[in-house]
Amino acid sequence: MKLLTTRSKVVSDKKMTFLERIYIPAILKGMYITIRHFFGKKATISYPEQKREFSQVYRGQHVLKRDDQGRERCTACGLCAVACPAEAITMIAAERKPGEEHLYREEKYAAVYEINMLRCIFCGDCEEACPKDAIFLTDRIVASDYKRKPFIYGKDILVEPVDPDKRIDISARQTESVLKFKQDKRFAHNK
Amino acid sequence: MDWTILIYKTIFLFIILFVTLLVAMYSTYGERKVAAFMQDRRGPNRAGPFGLFQPLADGVKMFMKEEIIPLTANKKLFILGPSIAMTTALLTGVVIPWGATLKIGGREFSMQIADLNIGILYVFAMVSIGVYGIMIGGWASNNKYALYGAIRAASQMISYELAMGMSIVALILTTGSLSLHEIVEQQQGMHWNIFYQPLGFLIFLTCAFAETNRAPFDLPECETELIGGYHTEYSSMKLGFYLFAEYINMFVSSAVIATLYFGGYNMPFIDQLGLSPNTVTLLGTAFFFLKIFGMIFLFMWIRWTLPRFRYDQLMNLGWKGLIPLAIFNIFVTGVYYFFTELT
Amino acid sequence: MIFLFYMLSAIMIISALLVVFSKNPVNSVIYLIVCFLAMAGHYILLNAQFLAVVHIIVYTGAIMVLFLFVIMLLNLNKAIIPQKSRVTRISAVITGGIFFLVLLAATRQTFEIHARYPFRGDIGLVSEVGNTLFHEFLLPFEMSSVLFISAMVGAIMFGKKDA
Ligand code: SF4
Ligand code: SF4
Repeated sequence: MKLLTTRSKVVSDKKMTFLERIYIPAILKGMYITIRHFFGKKATISYPEQKREFSQVYRGQHVLKRDDQGRERCTACGLCAVACPAEAITMIAAERKPGEEHLYREEKYAAVYEINMLRCIFCGDCEEACPKDAIFLTDRIVASDYKRKPFIYGKDILVEPVDPDKRIDISARQTESVLKFKQDKRFAHNK
Repeated sequence: MDWTILIYKTIFLFIILFVTLLVAMYSTYGERKVAAFMQDRRGPNRAGPFGLFQPLADGVKMFMKEEIIPLTANKKLFILGPSIAMTTALLTGVVIPWGATLKIGGREFSMQIADLNIGILYVFAMVSIGVYGIMIGGWASNNKYALYGAIRAASQMISYELAMGMSIVALILTTGSLSLHEIVEQQQGMHWNIFYQPLGFLIFLTCAFAETNRAPFDLPECETELIGGYHTEYSSMKLGFYLFAEYINMFVSSAVIATLYFGGYNMPFIDQLGLSPNTVTLLGTAFFFLKIFGMIFLFMWIRWTLPRFRYDQLMNLGWKGLIPLAIFNIFVTGVYYFFTELT
Repeated sequence: MIFLFYMLSAIMIISALLVVFSKNPVNSVIYLIVCFLAMAGHYILLNAQFLAVVHIIVYTGAIMVLFLFVIMLLNLNKAIIPQKSRVTRISAVITGGIFFLVLLAATRQTFEIHARYPFRGDIGLVSEVGNTLFHEFLLPFEMSSVLFISAMVGAIMFGKKDA
């Protein structure tokens, strides 16, 4: 039989010897182990003071990107909402009026775009689904709160600022392999 | 009745009460810290420096929580349960000698509230009444898990009380007195009873774990099987009382163990230092508390090391293991004293 | 002291009555426990600390726990207890009353109790009790323990499945 792990032990039902039956040696052994851990190094990371390094592919709070000229990329096509397994995304589309070309890149845009962060499972399917490279997941943590309402993130939170210096950097996760993964049609969610 | 004594006793009573509650409070903190450390965690460290105000925060939380009395519960008994648990837990501290005597202005003040000549038995009596708190609470909840907890508590208490009593009998054979004060006085220097009664100590310790419902014998509240055991239906401060009573019990039984087997407030080699009697007394009390804390740590250490016993294993250990051992211990002690006293 | 005596007696009598009158068996047991505790208080008033504490340990702490245990397990409630017929009830009252009369008649003359031994303050202390038990009453004491053993053996016999 092939063992699944190298640390498995063969269990036997043999009769216990006297020393085993009086428990005490085993108890002392156990106590020795716990006391060693008592003085051992702690695995906890005290979060706000001490930040843990994120994995490169960490998926956190979303961002709706603007293009180079500061226009919103999203065209309210709704593909992200369809792709979302948690049904966290809702949006209301609107038509771009003349004179708003500097705000929205496409003729149609999302007047309302909301992600319910309590529903979202941060799978990143929305990012993959988006044909306009508008939505990305970043390495930011979604802040906690006491009520449900604040977890519904609107465009005011999601869309990145126009100011080129304050844009949200998403390059960290868009590594070679991630990009390649996105290209691979086998994993595409909206065929 | 001498008024100064009366006033002194009253004040001392309140001090003991306060200290007991304080220690119990910080035992909850200690327990969480010890558990955390043994599991490579850090434990509570947010409320105050090193999380020292955590017990206060917990207390506030307990008080603020919603108080729920189940509709089908027996209301009076539901309230009576935790009250009994708390009262009996606190009552035990009365007979423990917390220190030798203090001499203030030519008067002697004993650091013990009541020196009963049946001190140990008094402790037993309180412990045996304490089980009612759990039983009544568990039954009154009208919940089958709570009832299971109550029944387990009752049978466990009765079974282990026997072995505990018998381990004490052997101890009494060596001391010849039931008064805790005298037992302590006899252990001056390093004549601690643990050296004379190692087997008795082990039995007593095991039974103390069982009597305080601590792991590995915490079957009455065993979370994995019975949700919360006897306090499944309890909430808010009533639950707090139960939990608190457990910690008080732990403190008191640590004190009893330290008194019976570790020489109480006796400190070895203290007489050679040539200190004034009052300093010696106070140092002795401090040392006593050190022993108690050591015992409490042992309680926690064991709890976070050993898995819970199964119910039949518990009964087997009690009836087929500890009681025969305790009888054997009595026999050996008796034979020893019979022959040494003859010569 | 007298005040304490009367208070404890009142508690005892009231709780004893409540044992009989309360409908719920669990309540009965709890009143009985209260009654026993008050009795222990009486022992303490007589300076019999040892007896008091042993009384608490044995009766309150062990026997009543078992009582409570059994009652909780059986889960007795009103629906299960069979209703007695009127005839049984009346006859029960009559027999009980007659028994009470007999008791009254028997105790009427004996209100002046003459102590066989003079009262000593240390009579209930542990060493005294021990000395009396193991010197004066050694044989009855040992006999009763033999009795207990036989009772235990009998109980185990009943408890065994294939006896
Ligand atoms: S990350 Fe996944 S769950 Fe969250 S919004 Fe995008 S598709 Fe939905
Ligand atoms: S898929 Fe992209 S472009 Fe379409 S609605 Fe979503 S974010 Fe906007």
